[in-house]
Amino acid sequence: MASVILPSVPSESRPGRFGIYGGRYVPETLMAALVELEHEYDVAKADAAFQTELAGLLKDFAGRPTPLYFCKRLTEQLGGAKIYLKREDLLHTGAHKINNALGQGLLAKRMGKKRIIAETGAGQHGVATATVCALLGMECVIYMGDVDMARQELNVLRMRLLGAEVRGVSSGSKTLKDAISEAMRDWVTNVRTTYYLLGSALGAHPYPTMVRDFHRCISREMKEQIIEKEGRLPTAVIACVGGGSNAIGAFYEFIPNREVRLIGVEAGGCGTELGQHAVRFGGGAPGVLQGTFSYVLQDENGQIAMTHSVSAGLDYASIGPEHAALHDSGRAEYVSQDDAAALDAVVKLSRTEGILPALESAHAVAEALRIAPSMPARDILVVNLSGRGDKDMGILARELNIQGA
Amino acid sequence: MPIVFTHKPGLVVYLTAGYPSIEVTRDIALQAIDAGADVIELGVPFSDPLADGPVIQRAMERAVARGTRLKDVLTISREIRAARPSAGLVVFSYLNPILRYGLKKFADDAAASGADGVLVTDLIVEEAGEYLAEMARVNLAPIFLAAPTSPNERLEAIATRSQGFVYAISRVGITGTQQNLTSDAASLVARIRRWTTLPVAVGFGISNSEHVAQVGKFADAAVVGSAIVELIERTTTESGPEAAPGAVARFIKGLREPQAALAR
Repeated sequence: MASVILPSVPSESRPGRFGIYGGRYVPETLMAALVELEHEYDVAKADAAFQTELAGLLKDFAGRPTPLYFCKRLTEQLGGAKIYLKREDLLHTGAHKINNALGQGLLAKRMGKKRIIAETGAGQHGVATATVCALLGMECVIYMGDVDMARQELNVLRMRLLGAEVRGVSSGSKTLKDAISEAMRDWVTNVRTTYYLLGSALGAHPYPTMVRDFHRCISREMKEQIIEKEGRLPTAVIACVGGGSNAIGAFYEFIPNREVRLIGVEAGGCGTELGQHAVRFGGGAPGVLQGTFSYVLQDENGQIAMTHSVSAGLDYASIGPEHAALHDSGRAEYVSQDDAAALDAVVKLSRTEGILPALESAHAVAEALRIAPSMPARDILVVNLSGRGDKDMGILARELNIQGA
Repeated sequence: MPIVFTHKPGLVVYLTAGYPSIEVTRDIALQAIDAGADVIELGVPFSDPLADGPVIQRAMERAVARGTRLKDVLTISREIRAARPSAGLVVFSYLNPILRYGLKKFADDAAASGADGVLVTDLIVEEAGEYLAEMARVNLAPIFLAAPTSPNERLEAIATRSQGFVYAISRVGITGTQQNLTSDAASLVARIRRWTTLPVAVGFGISNSEHVAQVGKFADAAVVGSAIVELIERTTTESGPEAAPGAVARFIKGLREPQAALAR
């Protein structure tokens, strides 16, 4: 792996830095908007009225708190650690993404913005954003790669039904990375009127911090619920990592509890060659992509590499900067599970517990299936089940040869 | 070497290096200088050019697909410098190819190639500490972008840290041509001049002699990018890449024509 190259004098005390990672690497045109956003977010964060409104919507509209469910049959079959699922899949719109979409949507409303843009990979962030825009009466434009539109068509239809305009992106790899670039081009053009509702713990400061804050509720609830059920903290928390929003939300409150292992699961795709996977901590090197300094899959000339995963939401060449810092400090471990293991995990969880996970979340389930059998029965694994798999039925039917009518 | 705008207004010509090929980019640059370009910006092709419009995106995609590397761009720079000792030469890049190449090595090699300055699209002044130190060490001019949305305190930082010239972005948005220049540009240039006596070049959306003449009224130079890259694309498609240098030279001469008329 290449050595870490410092893009500027790093300062731990500077906001938006996670160790040496993070920062702001954007065209100058966006800087005023980012500074304004940082300020508005700081003010909103400290405003009780904002927090009360958000908490109310998270409870009554989105369905928080989500249950922490004990997988009795799965645990018995594997014969090792107890497996719990944090049921973010039960949230309105079907994934954790609604937590952040509601938070930023309220912030945009507060800032007087009437037009919202967002990128989406698997379509879950797009659906969550379209939902929040419908709720708050705002114009909504979603950028989505052509490849992702084809493989997550159900979510495209949902966004359109909700009143959003979905714009296909045909450049580059036609996936999440290209959707983010196109959303940034829109933002730089319409920066005076438009709010960019970024959906992952990525991009320039303050996005990685803000998105993490809006998902912190996941680990806050997990902690309370596991203590209530087991009287102690889990042995490990496991989450899939694309950009890293569900994982940072699931990890964050446990970071000070060093006895709790934090395990991020990247997409192993269909091979180990560059282009066949999205294992940023395997084949990536520190670099700058789309506003932030983090690990990036790239070639020896600094061109961003193609990625592959059966799950659109994990198919991205970089990773949230806070994960890069957690990786380097050793506080979190990052492993990978490939396409086949994720598909197996979908089937296993569906048929053992009656829960159909999203292909993204299935990567985290696959890691639990791998490590649980060799762990003592008193150990506890909490898997963040970030989304449900209805959106993946087309891929699943094809990959698993399930017949329809 | 200091960047000098010998013409009034000066002309900065942006080229996506390696499109349609390394050799043709060099030939275009040489003919552009002979036709009156004061400064050549050699754009380093990047896979994810998020500040660029469709024309430059396409050129970059093709240059990347041909395997054009930062090293090749510096080779073009060296050849231009050898052939045209007094022309202004700027390496224009996104940050990641430079980080991957190694910032120190880049500074050394860019300076050795004869470049006068460097502009990094996605590097703002706050993140530029180590970069500025490297540029100073090898005596390369760091050129920063100033935007119509930049408040005065940011413009001050941009103007005082830039050398060579300050690049004023004519409007919000990505690169690409437009019909009319907005009033953003003139007021931005006036604000920049409060903090610097450096020349100010205005870019984004400048595509014809009328635009150049308009910019000449309030700025020192005009930057022409997408219009030239689009011309290169069209000429290459219609008549082959060898026709591109001549076409660009004619276009550049045309950009100055109404001013010649005004002078008479």
